[in-house]
Amino acid sequence: MSELKLNPYFGQYGGMFVPQLLVPALKQLEQAFVDALQDPAFDAEFQQLLTEYAGRPTPLTLCRNLSPNPLVKIYMKREDLLHGGAHKTNQVLGQALLTKRMGKTEVIAETGAGQHGVATALACALLGLKCRIYMGAKDIERQQPNVFRMKLMGATVIPVTAGSGTLKDAVNEAMRDWSASYATSHYMLGTAAGPHPFPTIVREFQKMIGEEAKQQILKAEGKLPDAVIACVGGGSNAIGIFADFIKEEGVRLIGVEPGGKGINTHQHGAALSTGSYGILHGAFTAIMQTSDGQIEESYSVSAGLDYPAVGPQHTHLQQTGRAEYVAINDDEALAAFQHLAKAEGIIPALESSHALAHALKMAKEATEPMVLLVNLSGRGDKDLSHVHSILAEQATDNAKTSNEGAH
Amino acid sequence: MQRYQQMFNRLKTEQRGAFVPFVTVGDPGPELSFDIIKTLIDGGADALELGIPFSDPIADGPTIQNANLRAMAAGVTPAMCFDIIRKIREYNADIPIGLLLYSNLVMARGLDNFYSQAAAAGVDSVLIADVPLHESKMFRQAAMAHDIAPIFIVPPNVDDDDLRAIASYGRGYTYLLSRAGVTGTETQAAMPTAELIARIRAYNPAPPLLGFGISTPAHVKDAIANGAAGAICGSAIVKILEQNLGQPAKLLSELKQFILQMKAAT
Ligand SMILES: Cc1ncc(COP(=O)(O)O)c(C=O)c1O
Repeated sequence: MSELKLNPYFGQYGGMFVPQLLVPALKQLEQAFVDALQDPAFDAEFQQLLTEYAGRPTPLTLCRNLSPNPLVKIYMKREDLLHGGAHKTNQVLGQALLTKRMGKTEVIAETGAGQHGVATALACALLGLKCRIYMGAKDIERQQPNVFRMKLMGATVIPVTAGSGTLKDAVNEAMRDWSASYATSHYMLGTAAGPHPFPTIVREFQKMIGEEAKQQILKAEGKLPDAVIACVGGGSNAIGIFADFIKEEGVRLIGVEPGGKGINTHQHGAALSTGSYGILHGAFTAIMQTSDGQIEESYSVSAGLDYPAVGPQHTHLQQTGRAEYVAINDDEALAAFQHLAKAEGIIPALESSHALAHALKMAKEATEPMVLLVNLSGRGDKDLSHVHSILAEQATDNAKTSNEGAH
Repeated sequence: MQRYQQMFNRLKTEQRGAFVPFVTVGDPGPELSFDIIKTLIDGGADALELGIPFSDPIADGPTIQNANLRAMAAGVTPAMCFDIIRKIREYNADIPIGLLLYSNLVMARGLDNFYSQAAAAGVDSVLIADVPLHESKMFRQAAMAHDIAPIFIVPPNVDDDDLRAIASYGRGYTYLLSRAGVTGTETQAAMPTAELIARIRAYNPAPPLLGFGISTPAHVKDAIANGAAGAICGSAIVKILEQNLGQPAKLLSELKQFILQMKAAT
């Protein structure tokens, strides 16, 4: 049993709980990653793609009108302006370069909101890789524009009907595919979760978000923010903006999970907020499960957060107390979505709206000056028709109740 | 776990290989499942490989995924599976019984608790589909503490280091994968060559049983001819259940016929 090059654990969380068959593929990936980090040519190519193709660095925007409290300044790291429309593009370019380093020609990916699928498709189009993307049938329905984007860029989108037809099932299907195709295919996992080495690779390829934001906010404010706030699906945008702040003890790190219809209902995706631990998709981490260990279906208005587990480093950060995790419900996220559009002329992704909603809550409660840094992980174009139909439904419901009231 | 040794000793004197059928416990429902497993024994199974239904079986293809879903839809829980296994053990005191399941079901019960319940039900071995060698330490120690054989998988891409570890940690039998991919008859078994099996056996692991894509008597025969100690057949059996839902008598008679033919090939 040959040794791993990197520690697969974050405290007691993480690991590599996969069929034996996939271990060589994960070790090959780990080796390629370790080699790449020591290769200046790799870094040069990655940086070039990030600046010339993807549009880094992304701006840091101080909200002019959003904050409900004059004591509180809200800054947004604008990953919504990255090519592809979300932070997902960052790490996908890194993994695409690793795919080529390993001499693989095909890419498998899973996607929830379709943002990772879009990012994968664009990177594969750019770098000449063939790609197939597993997507839950329910997600295909609620994220049509992204499905079309993926197809336009040459990806094959494979609907997954098993289970709940969402991200969890798409990951299952991608892992099954990979166990037959690892010799020629790389599995481009889309978040900082899954088996080692994915949580480490994805963090390293997303950590520029926090590195840039730190410099930008130091320049703007002359000091670090009081808190860094990001939404948590699998945890990639959050770990990306947290990573460079972990050592800054004075900065609160706050991850925002999808509270769905409330974390006391079963309809949410807040694995860390419910405090149950187990193994899903290769890692020992916070998961949503029954007392028998069956994985529960998650729920969120936002497809990108609709996942019943979280990356293991977040579980570790929670356990050590270095980061806090809170939940924001559908309604609060929808309100923040509309609020940012009206206040700043920016339509955020529903995922990112969860982080914003929590920042707004903190701002309302603040009694002292406070600087908040929110990761605006993506733009909301993909969510327009979904939000439109929810708001239309709410409008009819409201009309009904007021009519009833008139009788 | 001594039952495996006794089985292999018996087969050696008979100069035959082992035929090991797999089904998911509780599929399609708890009562019929007991009759199904009994039929496997009556048809001549040398050992049993039994799955515990799990929500996310990533190492399984569509046939066994559906078996998991059917059992869960019928309300089958791990505790009910242990009850069924206990009844099977009462029915037959000698046949080796192996569990094949996913790690979270073990974690949820607590390792020591899980293995002690398995031992009490009469289980001889446990194979956890998503626990590779690297992560196996706490599982294999808990298994050994309860006299349960930890089973390891030898994939076609195995290296010598792993073979050495499998030979030293594994007990009962060694699960030899015929090919990459997930369970299912969609992709046929690829017969490992006699050279590969000889290379594996040179490390002196527990006797290797070949699995994945085994669906015909010819597969069983070839596996044994090439040096495997026997063959494991899952999806082809589960398909018989799937094709006869709602017709239990026909299901059991077709199943019996199939098991007889497969055993005859050993
Ligand atoms: C815009 C956006 N933000 C956040 C997420 C959640 O993923 P993660 O937690 O990995 O950042 C997604 C996932 O699709 C997304 O599209």
